[in-house]
Amino acid sequence: MHPFAYQRASSEQAAVEAGNPGPGVRRPPTEAAAQFVAGGTNMSDYMRLNVTRPDVLIDINELSPSAYGHIEADSAGLRIGALVRMAEAEDHPVIRSDYPVIHDTLKLAATRQIRNMASLGGNVLQRTRCEYFREASFPCNKRQPGSGCSALDGFNRRHAVLGVSDACIATYPGDFAQALIALDARVEIMGPQRRRTIAFSELHRQPGGTPNVETGLAPGELITGYVVPAGPHTRRSRYVKTRDRESYQFALASAAIALDLDGATVKDVRIALGGVATVPWRAHEAEQLLVGQPLDETLARRAADAAFAQARTREHNGYKVPIGKETLVRALLETQAMDV
Amino acid sequence: MADHPGTGKSRLSLHRRGFLTAAATGATAAVVARGAEAQTSEATPAAGVNPRTPRPVTLSVNGQTHEIGLDARTSLLDALRDHLRLTGTKKGCDHGQCGACTVHIDGKRALSCMSFAVMAEGHEITTIEGLAAPAGDLHPMQQAFVDQDAFQCGYCTPGQIMSAVACVKEGHAENDDDIREFMSGNLCRCAAYPNIVAAVKQARDAIREG
Ligand SMILES: Cc1cc2nc3c(=O)[nH]c(=O)nc-3n(C[C@H](O)[C@H](O)[C@H](O)COP(=O)(O)OP(=O)(O)OC[C@H]3O[C@@H](n4cnc5c(N)ncnc54)[C@H](O)[C@@H]3O)c2cc1C
Ligand code: SF4
Ligand code: FES
Ligand code: FES
Repeated sequence: MHPFAYQRASSEQAAVEAGNPGPGVRRPPTEAAAQFVAGGTNMSDYMRLNVTRPDVLIDINELSPSAYGHIEADSAGLRIGALVRMAEAEDHPVIRSDYPVIHDTLKLAATRQIRNMASLGGNVLQRTRCEYFREASFPCNKRQPGSGCSALDGFNRRHAVLGVSDACIATYPGDFAQALIALDARVEIMGPQRRRTIAFSELHRQPGGTPNVETGLAPGELITGYVVPAGPHTRRSRYVKTRDRESYQFALASAAIALDLDGATVKDVRIALGGVATVPWRAHEAEQLLVGQPLDETLARRAADAAFAQARTREHNGYKVPIGKETLVRALLETQAMDV
Repeated sequence: MADHPGTGKSRLSLHRRGFLTAAATGATAAVVARGAEAQTSEATPAAGVNPRTPRPVTLSVNGQTHEIGLDARTSLLDALRDHLRLTGTKKGCDHGQCGACTVHIDGKRALSCMSFAVMAEGHEITTIEGLAAPAGDLHPMQQAFVDQDAFQCGYCTPGQIMSAVACVKEGHAENDDDIREFMSGNLCRCAAYPNIVAAVKQARDAIREG
C-alpha cells in the first residue's frame, strides 16, 4: 500500500479545504493527492490493492451529524445525510414503509458488517469490481488511462452490456444508486468554490473515452446528502436482484421499480437497472412503453425488450440480456402485486 | 465472491516497526520520488512529513486502553493481532469478503480488515477475547457453538461468534431464513452452517431467558 498521511476533518470547511488540490489541477477525485474516507470499506480495499494511492486520507466521519448523519422524513420526501450508514437507512421505519425500494437495495447489498460501516456517500461512489481493474498488473483504461482494456477480450462475464464504450465495459456495482436514480433523487454537494445540487442521474459518467472519470465531482467536493421527493409511486416500489448465490453477492442483473397504478393501468413508472450497465441506469424507453397501458406479462416483456434494445454484449456476458429482461419482468409483476 | 483473494502482504507488519526504523532514510527518498512522478503542482498538506513514520494511536479494546505507534496503513485487524497480540480475531481474505475478522465497534459488528486502526481511535472495540465474563464463564453464544458442534477447523469461529452475538442483538435471529441472511457475511470453508444456525438459535433463547 502506498504510504499516506491520515487527517480527521473537524468541519465541512476543513474537509473541503484539505481536499482542494488548488487552481489548475484537473483530475478526477479518485486520482487526487488528497481523498476522503468515510466507512472505508471501498477505499481500504482498493488502497490495499494499490489501485487507489492517495498521499493524504481525509477522514470525514466527524462532520456535523445534523447535516451528514441524519435521515429526515416529511410529506415532501426524504433527506438522507451522506454519513448515514447503510444499516441505519435499512432499519429506518419510514424508509421501510414508504420507500421499500430503498430498503430493499440496502438489505440485499453486501453484509450487515459492511452495512454497519459503509456510508451512503461512499456507497454511491464505490468503484467497479472489474477483475482487471482490481488487479493492478493488468492494462486497464480506468486505472491507468491509455493502457488498454483487458476485459474487452478477456474474462468479461460480470461486465456491462449497456452504456459501454470501446475503452471500458466495467459494471457499476452498487444497488442503492438504482433506488436513487429511479426515485429522481437529487444530490447535495459542497465544494471548495460553492454548494450545489444536481440530479442524481447527472452524478455518474459513462466511460466513453475517459473511463477514469467516473463522476462529475471535482477533487475536494463532498456529497452532503440526498433528497428523495415523495410521490404516489414510492410506496409501490421494489428491488429484485439476481445473483450467483442468494446472499452476499453483487448483482448480475437487478431492477428497481416504482409504480403508480390506476387499477391495472400504469399512471407512472420508474425503472432502474443494476448489474448490467456502466453507470446507475434509468430505462426511459421501457417506462414510456408502459405509461397509460394495462400492465400484464406481455406488456412487461415488451418493456424489457425495449430496455435492452441497445445492449452490446461480449464473449462471456451475452447471458445478461435474457437474465436482465427476466429480472425486469419479474420486478414489474411483483411490484404490481404488492399490497400497499 | 469472484474477487481476488488477499495476497497475504501484511505478513510484513509483524516486523514493520523494526523495519521502519532501519529504512527511514530510504523511505523519505521514496516519498520525494513519488511526488516528482505525479508531475503536478498539487500541494499536499503532508508535505515534509514522512507518512511512514509511526504515529501514536490510542485504542480502546475490551475495556482496556492501549497506546501504540502505528503506520497509518495498519488495518485495525493487524493492529489487534500483530501489535496488541489479540490473535483471536482471524484474517481470512483481508478484503471484506469472509467475515473472519469481525469485531464490534461501539457495539456494532464490523470488519476489522476494512478499517484503518487510526480510524478506530475514540471508539470502543470488542474482540472475541472480550466476550466471556471476567470470571471466565463463556458467553451464551460461545457455549452454544460448543454445544452444537458449530465448527470443524474453527478458523471462522471467532468471527462467526462475534457476528452472531450482534445478529441476536439486532433482532435478526427470529427464524432460520433471517439467521442465514444476516449471517451470510461469515463464510465457513468447513460448511458447518446447519450447526451454526442451531447455535445461534440456542444462544438467542438462552440470552432471552437471561
Ligand atoms: C465483500 C463486499 C461485498 C459488497 N457487496 C455489495 C453489494 O452487494 N451491493 C452494493 O451496493 N455494495 C456492495 N459492497 C460495496 C459497499 O457497499 C461499499 O464498499 C460501501 O457502500 C462504500 O461506503 P464507504 O462509506 O465504506 O466508502 P469509502 O470506502 O469510505 O469511500 C468510497 C469512495 O467514496 C468517497 N467518499 C466517501 N464519502 C464521500 C462523501 N461524502 N463525499 C465525497 N466522496 C466521498 C471516497 O473518497 C471513496 O472514493 C460490497 C463491498 C464488499 C467489500
Ligand atoms: S472494463 Fe474498464 S475497468 Fe475493466 S479492464 Fe477494461 S477499462 Fe479497466
Ligand atoms: S479478513 Fe475476510 S472479511 Fe476481513
Ligand atoms: S469451521 Fe472451518 S472455516 Fe468454519
